[in-house]
Amino acid sequence: MQGSLTVKIAALALWALLLFAPFLFQDVRQIEVAARICVFIALVASYDLLIGYTGIVSFAHTMFFGFGAYGAAIALKQMGPGWTPVLLGAVSGAVVAAVIAAFIGLLSLRVKAIFFAMITLAAASVALVLASQLSGFTGGEDGMTYRAPDLFKPATKLLTDADGKVLNVLGVRMNGKLAAYYFVFIASALLFWAMLRIVGSPLGTVLKAIRENEARAEGIGYRVVAYRTAVFVIAAVTASLAGTVYAVWLKYTGPETALSFDIMIDILLMVVIGGIGTMWGAVIGATALVLAQYYLRDLMEVAAGATANVPLVPELLSPERWLLWLGILFILLVYFFPAGIAGTLMGKREAE
Amino acid sequence: MSLLSVKGMSVDIGQYSVLHGVSFEVPEGGVFVLLGRNGAGKTTTLRAIMGLWDPTPGSVHFEGSEISGLHASEIARKGIAYVPENMGIFGGLTVAENMVLATASGKYDGKRLEWIYELFPALKTFWSKPAGALSGGQKQMLAVARAIVEPRRLILIDEPTKGLAPSIIANMAQAFREISEDTTILLVEQNFAFAKALGRDMGVIEDGRVVHTGTMTEFAADAELQNRLLSLSGAEAPA
Amino acid sequence: MSGWVEKAGGVFLLPVLIAAVGFVLIGTPSSWLTLTVAGLSMGMMVFLMASGLSLVFGLMDVLNFGHSAFVSFGAFVAASVLAAMSGWLGSESWVLNLIALVLALMAAVGFGLVAGWFFERVIVKPVYDDHLRQILITMGALIVAEQIILTTWGGTPMNVPRPRFLEGSVLIGDSSIEIYRIFAFILGALVYLGLFWLLNSTRLGLLIRAGVENREMVEAMGFRIDRLFVGVFMLGSALAALGGAMWAGYQALITPALGAEMLVVVFIVVIIGGLGSIQGTLLGALIVGLTQNYVGFLAPKLALASNMILMMIILLWRPSGLKPAVK
Repeated sequence: MQGSLTVKIAALALWALLLFAPFLFQDVRQIEVAARICVFIALVASYDLLIGYTGIVSFAHTMFFGFGAYGAAIALKQMGPGWTPVLLGAVSGAVVAAVIAAFIGLLSLRVKAIFFAMITLAAASVALVLASQLSGFTGGEDGMTYRAPDLFKPATKLLTDADGKVLNVLGVRMNGKLAAYYFVFIASALLFWAMLRIVGSPLGTVLKAIRENEARAEGIGYRVVAYRTAVFVIAAVTASLAGTVYAVWLKYTGPETALSFDIMIDILLMVVIGGIGTMWGAVIGATALVLAQYYLRDLMEVAAGATANVPLVPELLSPERWLLWLGILFILLVYFFPAGIAGTLMGKREAE
Repeated sequence: MSLLSVKGMSVDIGQYSVLHGVSFEVPEGGVFVLLGRNGAGKTTTLRAIMGLWDPTPGSVHFEGSEISGLHASEIARKGIAYVPENMGIFGGLTVAENMVLATASGKYDGKRLEWIYELFPALKTFWSKPAGALSGGQKQMLAVARAIVEPRRLILIDEPTKGLAPSIIANMAQAFREISEDTTILLVEQNFAFAKALGRDMGVIEDGRVVHTGTMTEFAADAELQNRLLSLSGAEAPA
Repeated sequence: MSGWVEKAGGVFLLPVLIAAVGFVLIGTPSSWLTLTVAGLSMGMMVFLMASGLSLVFGLMDVLNFGHSAFVSFGAFVAASVLAAMSGWLGSESWVLNLIALVLALMAAVGFGLVAGWFFERVIVKPVYDDHLRQILITMGALIVAEQIILTTWGGTPMNVPRPRFLEGSVLIGDSSIEIYRIFAFILGALVYLGLFWLLNSTRLGLLIRAGVENREMVEAMGFRIDRLFVGVFMLGSALAALGGAMWAGYQALITPALGAEMLVVVFIVVIIGGLGSIQGTLLGALIVGLTQNYVGFLAPKLALASNMILMMIILLWRPSGLKPAVK
């Protein structure tokens, strides 16, 4: 119980930092990092609901994320900035995600859970290829840029001083950028909260029962499939909504930001680092990896530069080899640290 | 000295303790019957002897040497054959291939095969057919035949009469009698009539412990004991 | 109705059916023949890549997401050997051509054997009975392997020289057929026959087939499946590397992304064919090869998606694939 409390306090502290991020970190890049952390917390939490509470591995989470992102992007591109296209994009992305998730789930979970990982991987690659090829619709490899709703324009004045200029509060300009950040923060926090609620709900209790004694649950037969498919659909819709949020924030959507397999690897790493099946671990995992992505890469660049005269070492330290180290880290984590940070602190293994 | 000696064997599956301290001795020769109701731990006992669980506390001695902790394949090489409850037939292989596989060298002894054909004539008929196409009774015959394709010291057989027609059960009883002339059989059974007809020595397992051992003659004569150990513990009434 | 279909070959008629549909849709016999040969040869190469994955899964219930790393490595190792021997490849003497080619393929196979052994011992063995961690770890290994390829061979596409005697094409009627494709088909068919013989006519094959069905029973009969498994894993990795090497020559230009691209195709093939049997894998590979080439001709953008749709249809019809191993 002690460890569990520590994890929750740490996660809440991170949330608090994110809440005040615009006031604490005023650099543009830092806000970019904070927004990315918010979105990935929601995304990773939804993935944890799937992998941690049903034990099935999906490689299509990026695809669902992409549905939401592309939904919003296409609507904003076609209809111009406004709230209607955002809403339309969010809803259509979520509906597509739900339908495809239900289809994949019923198709593959019905017979062999092992097919699931393979089929989701295949589906995700098809989605990626289609997004690149249907360029008239999706912008192809280059992706799409578009404008967000007017409220989020940097020129928008949320509060004005006596002269009608943008008001500064604690050195932060009360402009549209700030509104955009809080849109991301609130939406992500709501999605995370929803995941927490699901885990604590009767559905969550059933899922835990399935997780704890799958043999018994499988004895019940079809219900396991139904529950797993339901969870898969919920996770997919949540990922899609997170995608919409990120698309609105970035004002750009392309294969790299919304569909690429790299994002899937990020999600996997975050959920493993944080702790599979802990939900609160999502906050820790997402924060740790996004920070590493933004700052460790710089460090690698410096290190590669410093060792430029040594053979092979700069090659290995180059930021381009980032994925090599992530891959190795990933394998080591799964071997030696399978419970992740939150899982280890909460003493999940002992509790079982 | 007994052929097989099990002492304090315990098995946990997940968080459940299935066996806690099973001890019994199987003397050389004849049929030793292990009785008990569903879920008492009979199948688990056989699997544990065969080395199909992770190493467990307690000891299993076979012909005086410790076999607990050995890999299932090593235990098999010591001359123990196993006929599981689901028979473990390779349905995609022919009857012949099933038999060949059960030999250590890949060749079988023609004389012994003739003897097996006499015990189970159906196997000769279906020799080159896929084993998956056999009836339940024929599969059981194949499973037993595989176990005796080469001389063994001990055969562990798990509920061979389950779901079989009476005529096949009779065939099976006759076969076991012949086999047990030179091979010891450890038989797990719920069909008491079958067990009574075959068994020389016996034990009763209940809730993961052996609660009674003795000769079958004594046990069959003691209605009160049967009632207490089998009926009251939920086993099916003697047929 | 279903009786005579079963007699005539059952699901093995599917490639024929697809070829017939392709013939009607394509219209011109010469294009159809070219595409059919391309489809069959692609099918055979994909079969090489997929057969190991299928057997490894069947025998030990191990799903190796890193399998396509062997395909990539096979392609790059063979391409490097070919590049180093370009003098012999371009020689007038077909003997020198052949020696260079055989050396390249052997290098790929040798690498596959060694890498397979290493992979099985280090990556897969510690997580035999844990599907979740198995998927995660082998996926992590795939990422690392791809990065090693990137570091070793660089990110720019690599040219793969072909031996001179496999260059060019033959004319059959109006359709020109690349000699390399015929070669790939024949090689794949020979490997299939070899595997078929191994599995059906040797004691080792008997053990493998029995192990796929019921591992525990084979162990209770006195055999060590885990030791057998290392061998099967190495064999599967070597075949994947051979498939990759052949694929490299087929594509003539390879990138480190090759493995990941083929992984999806390989998965679709083993799912369609059914896990654990090489007949099923061959069937799935031929179906996918033909479909991909026909659709690639009729509607290029839908080639990959068409295989996905095909897989969905087949799964709805036969949830365990067309010809899975008996379990």
